[in-house]
Amino acid sequence: MENFPVSIRIAVGQINPRLGDLKANLALYEERIGHAADDKTQLLLFPELSLTGYMLRDTVPEVALTLDAPEIKHLMALSRKLSFVAGLVEESADHRFFNSAVYFEDGEIRHVHRKVYLPTYGMFDEQRYFARGDRVRAFDSKFGRMALLICEDLWHPSTIYLAALDGAVAVLCPSASPLRGIVDEQSQDDNARYWEMLNRVFAETYSLFIVYGNRCGFEDGVGFWGGSEIVDPFGQRLAKARYYDEDFIAVDAGFGAVRRKRTMSPLLRDEDLDLTINELMRIRERPGAIVGQGLKSAKLHGRRNARKK
Amino acid sequence: MTHLPTNTALLRQILVAFIRNEVRKTGLARVVVGLSGGVDSALSAMLAAEALGPQNVLGVLMPYKSSNPDSQAHAQIVVQTSGIESMLVEITAQVDAYFEGFTDADARRRGNKMARERMTILYDQSMRWNALVLGTSNKTELLLGYGTLHGDTASAINPLGDLYKTQVWALSEAIGVPPVIVAKEPSADLWSGQTDEGELGFTYRDVDKLLYLMVDQRYTKTELAAAGFPERFIDDIAARIMNTQFKRRLPVIAKVSQRTIDRDFRYSRDWGK
Repeated sequence: MENFPVSIRIAVGQINPRLGDLKANLALYEERIGHAADDKTQLLLFPELSLTGYMLRDTVPEVALTLDAPEIKHLMALSRKLSFVAGLVEESADHRFFNSAVYFEDGEIRHVHRKVYLPTYGMFDEQRYFARGDRVRAFDSKFGRMALLICEDLWHPSTIYLAALDGAVAVLCPSASPLRGIVDEQSQDDNARYWEMLNRVFAETYSLFIVYGNRCGFEDGVGFWGGSEIVDPFGQRLAKARYYDEDFIAVDAGFGAVRRKRTMSPLLRDEDLDLTINELMRIRERPGAIVGQGLKSAKLHGRRNARKK
Repeated sequence: MTHLPTNTALLRQILVAFIRNEVRKTGLARVVVGLSGGVDSALSAMLAAEALGPQNVLGVLMPYKSSNPDSQAHAQIVVQTSGIESMLVEITAQVDAYFEGFTDADARRRGNKMARERMTILYDQSMRWNALVLGTSNKTELLLGYGTLHGDTASAINPLGDLYKTQVWALSEAIGVPPVIVAKEPSADLWSGQTDEGELGFTYRDVDKLLYLMVDQRYTKTELAAAGFPERFIDDIAARIMNTQFKRRLPVIAKVSQRTIDRDFRYSRDWGK
């Protein structure tokens, strides 16, 4: 890690976008990026779908952007001021729509993560409107190796496990998390409680930073609870945004904490990747095993069929 | 025994934010609410006063000649306590004028008519005052269908629709709704001596426990019976929820095109806001 800065200033722009209004939200991004640049922020995280709003339904194709769209070019230009993550609807060449997080840096797109786990149960309808991402990859930024996981992605322990083993020292998690579930004697709703616990446990378990950027505001009566936070590899909360309201949090994060934590508890060093792969291959062949929903990895699939013969 | 969560500090924070957000994103700053003198409308009005400022909340009192005088007196206490704006619109003349032609109408028809007359007044006042109509129906009433379609169940935004009556009482107490209003027996006051619990045949506290386990916690009938609820009570409430589903939906549209409103023309209400 000697080539990377000792510490970087990381921030979250906790915003309340207008539903289906790209122009207004682009202006909001520009304003917050300017503010963050004044604050000497080097890396800014915006929430999930915050360039478009969350409960898009039939507006998905109307607000979708291909990666060569003028709006994307504009965001690329803005990233000369600082690196940032945008949450938007990405349209592929074959007209699939993805719930994507895009990492912009030095005038370029450094990484695109397409949300893999699209909640489609209870109040959620994402898989009706979005195509599913098919990979979880860490990527190199000028600050070090990172991974993007969008909201529900992080509820699947496999995603952060992959990100950590792929070398990420920070997981950036844009979120549009609706408040739900009133429980007595808790300061926030049950969903906020779960997220805050998860962020601390995962950051400590995988010895990395978690930057969690949630939105605020209401859409059709559904409230987004805000409460964005930055948690270090020791599970310590370095910064916390307000609940329900717009906010901006920033902190100087020393990535040396990753080294210190991994020296003290070398759990990742001791992780046995081959064991995991072997057991997963075995489990995959069990009757009724849960395999990829539409994620047909040709190689794995071929091997599975070959074995059946 | 079953306990409904009543985290009043959190509910207050959420509902105040809800009213502020949902009103202001429409470009408006004010709400109109019908004040019956009951606990639901008192709570809605006081939450709105906290969210928007009392000067931006208009409470409309709409008595009929046979309304219990206590109702109007209690509504006045809400106005004084919260400092909101208020106005009085008697509905006797317009209701009686209609029923002169239908003298055989029973109490239920008359009651429904009164509820709908009140709704038309609220919507007219909301236009005059450049405001949204604030709802007052709670989750218990909505699930039981104990309300008048296009009457008291109509509104633009409703802060109470996901709160059971038991939770309404707890929150009302916590935010300072006058005790006389929280303590009194609930009544739609559509005819003399009418009480909610008398008409429904069970208490809100009992049915709220059942609804909470049945709806929120998805208990099966076997689990509900094991939790101590009589089988007949469970069946009656389940049937009641099913039979009043129409009150919780938009009118049914005959589908003929490729894209039908609400079927495959799906946009959020807050579209563009």
